[in-house]
Amino acid sequence: MMDFLKRFSRNRGAVIGAVILITVVLLAVLAPLLYPESPWKMVQRPFLPPFSVEGFPLGTDTLGRDVASGLVHGARVSLIVGLVSTLVALLIGVPLGAFAGFYGGLVDDGAMRFTEFFQTIPNFALAIVLVAIMEPTLPTITLAIAIVSWPPVARLVRAEVLSLRKREFVDAARLAGLSNTRILFGHILPNAMSPIIVMASLMVATAILLESSLSFLGLGDPNIMSWGYMIGAARTVIRSAWWLSFIPGVAILLTVLALNLIGEGLNDALNPRLARKGR
Amino acid sequence: MRSIRDWPERDAEMEPVLKICDLAISLPPGADRGFAVQNIDFDLSAGEILCVVGESGSGKSMTANALMGLLPDQVEVARGTAHFEGRDMLALPDHERRKLRGDRIGMIFQEPMTALNPLMRIGDQIAEVFEAHNRHTPSERRDKALALIKEVGLPDPEKIIRAYPFQLSGGQRQRAMIAMALALDPAILIADEPTTALDVTTQAQILELIKTIQHRHGMSVMFITHDFGVVAEIADRVIVMRYGEIVEQGPVAEVLKTPQHAYTKALLEAIPSDHVPSPEPVSGPAVLEVRNLRKTFVTSGGLFRPKRSVTAIDDVSFSIARGEVLGIVGESGSGKSTVGRAIVRLVEADSGEILLDGQNMTALSADELRRARRRVQMIFQDPYASLNPRKTILHALCEGPIVQGVSRDKAHARARELLEIVELDAGAADRYPHEFSGGQRQRIGIARALAMDPDLIIADEAVSALDVSIQAQVLNLLRDLQKRLHLSLMFITHDMRVAAQLCDRVAVMQRGKLVEIGPVAEVFLNPKAEYTRNLLAAVPGTDWNRGAA
Amino acid sequence: MTLLSAIFGRAAKAAVTLLLIVVLNFFLIHAAPGDPAMVMAGEAGAADEQFIAQLRERFGLDQPLYVQFWNYVSGVVQLDLGYSYRQQMPVLDLILDRLPATLLLTLTAFGMSLLLGIVFGLAAAARQGRWGDTAITSMALLFYATPLFWVALMAVVLFSVKLGWFPAFGYGTVGADLSGLDLVLDRLRHLFLPALTLGLFFMAVYLRMTRSSVLEVSQMDFVKTARAKGLGEGVIRRRHILRNALLPVVTLAGLQAGQLVGGAVLTETVFAWPGIGRLMFESLTARDYNTLLGVFLVSAAMVIAFNIITDIVYRLIDPRI
Repeated sequence: MMDFLKRFSRNRGAVIGAVILITVVLLAVLAPLLYPESPWKMVQRPFLPPFSVEGFPLGTDTLGRDVASGLVHGARVSLIVGLVSTLVALLIGVPLGAFAGFYGGLVDDGAMRFTEFFQTIPNFALAIVLVAIMEPTLPTITLAIAIVSWPPVARLVRAEVLSLRKREFVDAARLAGLSNTRILFGHILPNAMSPIIVMASLMVATAILLESSLSFLGLGDPNIMSWGYMIGAARTVIRSAWWLSFIPGVAILLTVLALNLIGEGLNDALNPRLARKGR
Repeated sequence: MRSIRDWPERDAEMEPVLKICDLAISLPPGADRGFAVQNIDFDLSAGEILCVVGESGSGKSMTANALMGLLPDQVEVARGTAHFEGRDMLALPDHERRKLRGDRIGMIFQEPMTALNPLMRIGDQIAEVFEAHNRHTPSERRDKALALIKEVGLPDPEKIIRAYPFQLSGGQRQRAMIAMALALDPAILIADEPTTALDVTTQAQILELIKTIQHRHGMSVMFITHDFGVVAEIADRVIVMRYGEIVEQGPVAEVLKTPQHAYTKALLEAIPSDHVPSPEPVSGPAVLEVRNLRKTFVTSGGLFRPKRSVTAIDDVSFSIARGEVLGIVGESGSGKSTVGRAIVRLVEADSGEILLDGQNMTALSADELRRARRRVQMIFQDPYASLNPRKTILHALCEGPIVQGVSRDKAHARARELLEIVELDAGAADRYPHEFSGGQRQRIGIARALAMDPDLIIADEAVSALDVSIQAQVLNLLRDLQKRLHLSLMFITHDMRVAAQLCDRVAVMQRGKLVEIGPVAEVFLNPKAEYTRNLLAAVPGTDWNRGAA
Repeated sequence: MTLLSAIFGRAAKAAVTLLLIVVLNFFLIHAAPGDPAMVMAGEAGAADEQFIAQLRERFGLDQPLYVQFWNYVSGVVQLDLGYSYRQQMPVLDLILDRLPATLLLTLTAFGMSLLLGIVFGLAAAARQGRWGDTAITSMALLFYATPLFWVALMAVVLFSVKLGWFPAFGYGTVGADLSGLDLVLDRLRHLFLPALTLGLFFMAVYLRMTRSSVLEVSQMDFVKTARAKGLGEGVIRRRHILRNALLPVVTLAGLQAGQLVGGAVLTETVFAWPGIGRLMFESLTARDYNTLLGVFLVSAAMVIAFNIITDIVYRLIDPRI
C-alpha cells in the first residue's frame, strides 16, 4: 500500500488530478450545506456577470438562478452518474468477459458476438434512443450510460483472463483440485484487477462526458440541476452571455481531466513494469 | 567415452582485427550494480571464432551491443577503446558508426521470431542492407539478395525472397538474418546467442552454417553464448565472463580441459556430463500405464477458414514403475509436453487409457477427477509464471492439501517442513513469489508438488529456464529427493544431457510418435531409431569429453 | 484467406448485425410511452378516441404485435423505414436528404483527426520525455477531457462572435446564390468549425495511440536489426516503426467510428448543420420516434460500413491475416 502511494505520487499529474477530484467531491458532498436552497430558485436579477454582485461570485443565469449553486449541485449529479454507471458497466462487463475468456469455446463465441454487437452500435446514439424512450430520469440515464459503456470492459477482462489462464500457476491450481469458480475468482481475477481499476477510472470520466452531453441535448432529469443542462440552457444567449456556458464547461473539463490524470497515475502505480516500458 | 577431439593449433601471432582495451559500460542509477561490464580487454584475431560465455547478467551481450553502438537508453560506454581498421570505434561520431554497421560489422540476434520486420518481405529486408550503404541498383540488390538466400541454404530462394517472416520457421528466419549480416561481406560477425531459441537439430545446422561461411569469407566471429556445448563445437578461443568482468580467457582446448578460474571450473562442473550412467533397472508394479494415447488439436475453422489439425500424440504407450524416473525427450512440437498434460488431464486426450495404479484416469467424472488430482502432480517450466504473484508461498503450498481435506494446521506444519526439505528457509512461507530468484521458485514448485503426497510427479522442462549453475543445483535436489522419497518421476526435457543424468529409462518422441524407449544407456549409446541418432549427433559438443576435470 | 472472401464474410456478418438492430428498434418503438397514434393526435390537437382509432388503423397499429413486427422488419428490408408523422415524409427520404451533410462532416473530421493525430503522435514519440512531448501529450489530454459540445460553443464565441472569421452555423450562406468555386469555398468556410470541433477529440485519441504504439514498436527486436544493418534513423522510423505502429491505430479508428457518429449529433446540433445528427436531435424534441430510430439504424449502418473499410485497410497493411 505504501509502495502504491509512493509510486502514484511520483506522477505529478496524478497528484494534481487527485487534488482536483477531492475538491469536486467535497463540493458535491457539502452542497446542501453550502447552498441549502434549491439551485432552481431565482435569487437575483438575471444575467449578472461573475464577480459583479457580492454573494454571487459566478453571477446568475438567464432566469436569475445562482450559477455557483447550480455548479455545486451539478457536481453531485456528475459524480453519482459517473460512479454508478461505471459500477453497473463493470457488473455486466467483468463477469461476461471473465466467463468468455475462462471457458472459451461456445461460451466465448456467444459472449463476444453479443459484445461486438453492442460495440458496433454507435454508443452515444444508443444512449440518446434509450433515454428518450425510457423518459429521462437519473436512474434511466445512469442505466443507459452503463449499457453503452460495458463492451470495452468485457473485452479487456476477456483478454486478461485469456492470457492469465494459460499461466502455469493456473494449471497448478487445477492440479490441486480446485473448482473452476475458485480458480477464476481466487487466482485469475485478482491478477486482472490492476487494468480493470485503471479502466474504471477512465470510464467514470467518459460517463461524466456522456451524462453532460445528454443533458445538454435536453435529455437530463428535468428535476435535477446538472452541468450539461446549464450549458444547454445558456446556449441561446451564447452571444451576449458566453460565460454562462463557459463556467460549467470548465467544471466538466476539470473533473474529466482529473479522472484521466488519476487513471494514468494508477496505471503507473499498479503496472510499474508496463509503465516503465512505455516511457 | 568418446574420443577427444584434436584442437587445431591457432597461430598466436595473428594480427588482431579488433582490439578492445579497458572497456566499461555504466548502468543507470538504481540498477543492481554500477557497471554492466568493466575492465574488459580482449583481441579478436582475423579469421577466428571467439566465444564469449557467461550466465545471464554477466554482461556478455552488453559488450557486443556497445561495439555496435546499440546500447539501450541510459546505458553508456563509460571508458575504454575498441580499435578496428585503424580507428577507435567507441569514439566515432554516430554517423560514422552507422556506416560501419551492416557493412564492416554484421550482427545476428537470439530471437529469430522477432528480429525480422513482420510486415516486410524477406527479400526486401535483405536488399535493404545494400540500400543502407548506397550500393548497387535496385535490380542488382534483388539479384544479390537471391544469391545470399541461396548461400545460407534456404530452400526455394525464388519463393523465400517474396515470403513474409511469418511464413518461415525459426531456423529459416535465422538463416535469413545471417544472409543480411553477410550481405556486405563484413570483417566481423557478432552473433548474440543465435541458436538459443532453436531446437537442437536446427541449432546444429545453424552452427555448421556459421562455421562454413566464417571459413569461406575469412571473417572473424564473436559468438556470444551461455552453452559450453556450443563453445566446444565452434570456438577457437573462449572468454568467460561473470558479473561484468572477464574471469578467464584462452584457447578453447585449454579452457575446457584445464580451466584456471574457480568460476569456470564450477560452470564446467555444473554441466551434465556426457558420461551416461547405467543405473540398475527399476522393476516393480507400474504406477502409471499409458495405452494407445492419441490427441489431435483442431483449430476451429470459421465460415471461410479451413480447419487445421495437428497431431500432438499419435498412439503412444508406455509405463512407469514405482520409484522409476522416465525421461521423455524430443524437440519442440514433438508432443512430449502434451503427453504430460494429457496424463494429468489438463489436456483431454481423444482416445487411449491412462491407468494410475490400475485406475483409469480418463474415465473419471469432473468431481472424481478433482479428488484424484492429488495423485499426479507437476513441476512447471517457467519459475516466473508457475506461482501466483498475489499469494504467499504458504498459500501456494497449502491450498491443494486443504482442498483435499487436510486440516489447516497440519497443512501449515507440513509446508514448513517441505520448505526445509527443498533447502529453503522456513521463513520463506510468509513471503511472496517476487522476493525469490528463479532457482528458489523452482524449489518452491517442487515443494508444492510434494505437498500433495503424489504417486507420480511430472516435471515439464523443470530446469530449462535456469542458468547452468542453478540448473545443476535443482537437478541435484531432484535426484536426491527422488532417491530419498522413492519418487516416481516423469521427466520431460529437450536437453539430452540433462535426461542422461537423471533418468532410468528414456523415451524419444518425434512429431507425436514415440520412436524409441529403453534404458538410458542403451538409448544413448546404442540408439536404434535413426531420429534418436540424429538427435544425439546434433547435441553440441558431443565430441568433447570433459574427462576427469 | 483471400481479401475477397474476407469482405464477403464481413458483409454477411454485417447483415446479421443490422437485422438484429432492426429487431432491437422494433422493440424500442413499442417500449416508447404512448403509441405513435396518440403522439400524432396530440400533435394535431385533436385527441378524440375516434380520430386516434382511425390513425391506428391507417398505420396498422391495431394489428397483433407479431404482424406489426413482420410488417416492420420486412418494411426495413425493403428500405422502408416508416413514416415521419411529424414531417409528413417517409423517414428514408428525410435521412437521404440529410446524409450527404453528415458524410461530409464526419469524413472531413475523421481524415483531419487521423492525419493530425498521427503527425503529432509521431512528433511526441520522437521527443519522448522532453518538453515537446510533454506539450503535445498535455494538449492531447486536454482535448480528450473536453466536452465536445462545449468546445463547439466556445469555438463559436471565439472564431465567429469575437473574431468573425467563420460563420457560426449553417451549411452555406443563406440567400447567396453561389456556384462553382465560390460555392465550394463557402461550404468549406461553414465546414471548418464543425469539422474542427468534432475532430479535436479524435485527434487526441489517435495521437495518444500513435505515440504509445510508436514507443512500443521502437523497443522491438526488428528495429534493432534495422539499426544493425546501418540504416539511418529516418528510414528506420518510416519503414520499420511507422508501419507496424499504425496497425493498432487502424484498429482503434474502426472502433471509434461509432463515437464519431455520436459526436456528429452534438456538433450538428450546435452548428445547425443539416445532417442526420441534427435530424436526430429534432426528432428527439418532437418525439418523432420513427425518425429517431431510423436515424439510429442508418448511423449503425454507417459504422458497420466504416468497420468493413478499416478491416480491409488492416488486411492490406498486414500480410499475416
